[in-house]
Amino acid sequence: MNRIHYLFNTKKERVLSIYFTAGFPNLEDTVPVMEAIQDGGADVIEIGVPYSDPVADGPTIQDSNKIALDNGMSMKLLFEQLKGFRAKVHLPVVLMGYLNPIIQFGMEAFCQKCKEVGVDGLIVPDLPMQQYLEDYKAMFDQFGLVNTFLISPQTSEKRIWEIDENTNGFIYMVSSHAITGAKADISPEQVAYFERVAAMGLKNPRLIGFGISDAKTFGQASQYSNGAIIGSAFIKKIKDSKDLSGDIREYIQSVIKP
Amino acid sequence: MIKVDEKGFYGKFGGAYIPEMLYPNVEELRENYEAIMASPDFQAEFRGLLKDYVGRPTPLYFASRLSERYEAKVYLKREDLCHTGAHKVNNTIGQILLARKLGKKRIIAETGAGQHGVATATVCALMGMECTVYMGEIDIARQRPNVERMKILGATVVPAVSGSKTLKDATNEAMRAWINNPVDTHYIIGSVVGPHPYPEMVARFQSVISEEIKWQLKEKEGSENPDIVIACVGGGSNAAGAFYHYYNTPEVRLVAAEAAGLGVSSGKSAATTALGTPGILHGSKTILMQTEDGQVVEPHSISAGLDYPGIGPVHAHLFDVGRGEFVAVEDKDAMAAGIELSKLEGIIPAIESAHALYALNMIEYGKDDVIVINLSGRGDKDLETYIKWGGY
Repeated sequence: MNRIHYLFNTKKERVLSIYFTAGFPNLEDTVPVMEAIQDGGADVIEIGVPYSDPVADGPTIQDSNKIALDNGMSMKLLFEQLKGFRAKVHLPVVLMGYLNPIIQFGMEAFCQKCKEVGVDGLIVPDLPMQQYLEDYKAMFDQFGLVNTFLISPQTSEKRIWEIDENTNGFIYMVSSHAITGAKADISPEQVAYFERVAAMGLKNPRLIGFGISDAKTFGQASQYSNGAIIGSAFIKKIKDSKDLSGDIREYIQSVIKP
Repeated sequence: MIKVDEKGFYGKFGGAYIPEMLYPNVEELRENYEAIMASPDFQAEFRGLLKDYVGRPTPLYFASRLSERYEAKVYLKREDLCHTGAHKVNNTIGQILLARKLGKKRIIAETGAGQHGVATATVCALMGMECTVYMGEIDIARQRPNVERMKILGATVVPAVSGSKTLKDATNEAMRAWINNPVDTHYIIGSVVGPHPYPEMVARFQSVISEEIKWQLKEKEGSENPDIVIACVGGGSNAAGAFYHYYNTPEVRLVAAEAAGLGVSSGKSAATTALGTPGILHGSKTILMQTEDGQVVEPHSISAGLDYPGIGPVHAHLFDVGRGEFVAVEDKDAMAAGIELSKLEGIIPAIESAHALYALNMIEYGKDDVIVINLSGRGDKDLETYIKWGGY
């Protein structure tokens, strides 16, 4: 069974997903960071594949992408690093990457590598749903990879139903009109949006991303969904860390404490 | 047929590869742009402003001394005489009228050389709309006069400090700004790039260039078809406009001049079709300069307007099917061609347009051939570069 399906079948509330950029802060930190995220008590690991032009990301994640690329990170190297990680990490792992580096690697080769190393799902923010259905869905299915789409407060109800129909992992709710890391608090407009989508009764679990940084915002987001994704705030925590595993554990525990 | 299909593809290239956060905006545009552009009141206002505000039609000028020098009949399409100094304003007039019809209140734009930024700031002043222009930090430094022009016109200029700090990064920043302000803001893209429907929409606004060439040439030569049309290509909006009504007239040769920078193999180049491979950039599938890993390579050209690692999807298609002839012009040759035109015809061209002029030295033609070169912009903004270059 796919680990993402297993997770959401057995845990419906306060699911915490942590995003970090592969090869950041240092090239060899990828797997150690994953282990620390697991030790800290998070539920899902989202690995960002660094890209030169990450248009859906804010300054913090852009910066981590650039540092990772300058460190020498690449798709090939990422798959090398991930070889054998399943001996240490049992959490579901999602790769988040822009489409261009993936198609240069080759979509089929990419999916195959994902399966080989033990990746469970994909988030490709600039892969449109139509293109996914026509060109790639069969391949994702063949290699047992679940796909996740994003929705925003502007996404129409009709579109949300289509996305729900064509998603088999979870729905990633962008919480503000914002690129990652742009806002600090949850506003009444966002609450209205969370409630509106919660009331739709979608078949997929929902995680709220963008703007979640601490126990308070994680708790708020979890009231309206199955949990939340932390990205920029996590990247900030580890950027200048002198004790990666200690700091990561401490941060995640501070977020999930009730 | 060279034509966009209903999904926004020109052959293998185009489409709309955008984050879901941009989908509602882009979809709103896609659903409405054709109907709005076809409506009589939109056309009347657009055409009226092109005539009385921009100064269209721009002359199709027979360059006799240049013709003598190159032993052909060379015409210059004088887009440099447009208000604001380049063809860019054809598109910004069209898009701001469209934005108003869609009820938008704010305008954002990216700019490289600053010409599109100035053209956007100009129409925002004209329509009384708030304007923010994203511009690479390096371009801000090398195009100071245009930065000040935008500010005089009331626009806010925001430096793009990521990546190569040039046009590509300004475009990234503008896209992010649009994601942050999806409801009340329209993004005026300045070239035939970006997600569908932008490449086709911008090309249609610029197609007034070839529409005019046709009747002007008919008057002067008795035929609306030249033998060759030459235009420079960064993203490719002036080329798309100059080629548009000739796409499906194969007897008219279409020549696209890209920027080779210090040389195609120098590592300091923006010659996209020579160096690039298919991939995705700024929301469309096109040809772009990238590493084996799919990271976008930072380009180089002496001309900020051509300093872009991709080309519009329609040009990728023209290249792919052999409809366009692509040449790569080095910095030094473009500068020489700019100085040559100044001496021969009393016209100092933009360095972008000088790339198209130099293409005369790189293609074969007969001595009776009628050649139209799209002189996309004037050289005022480049004076500092000309002065530093010297050799005149």
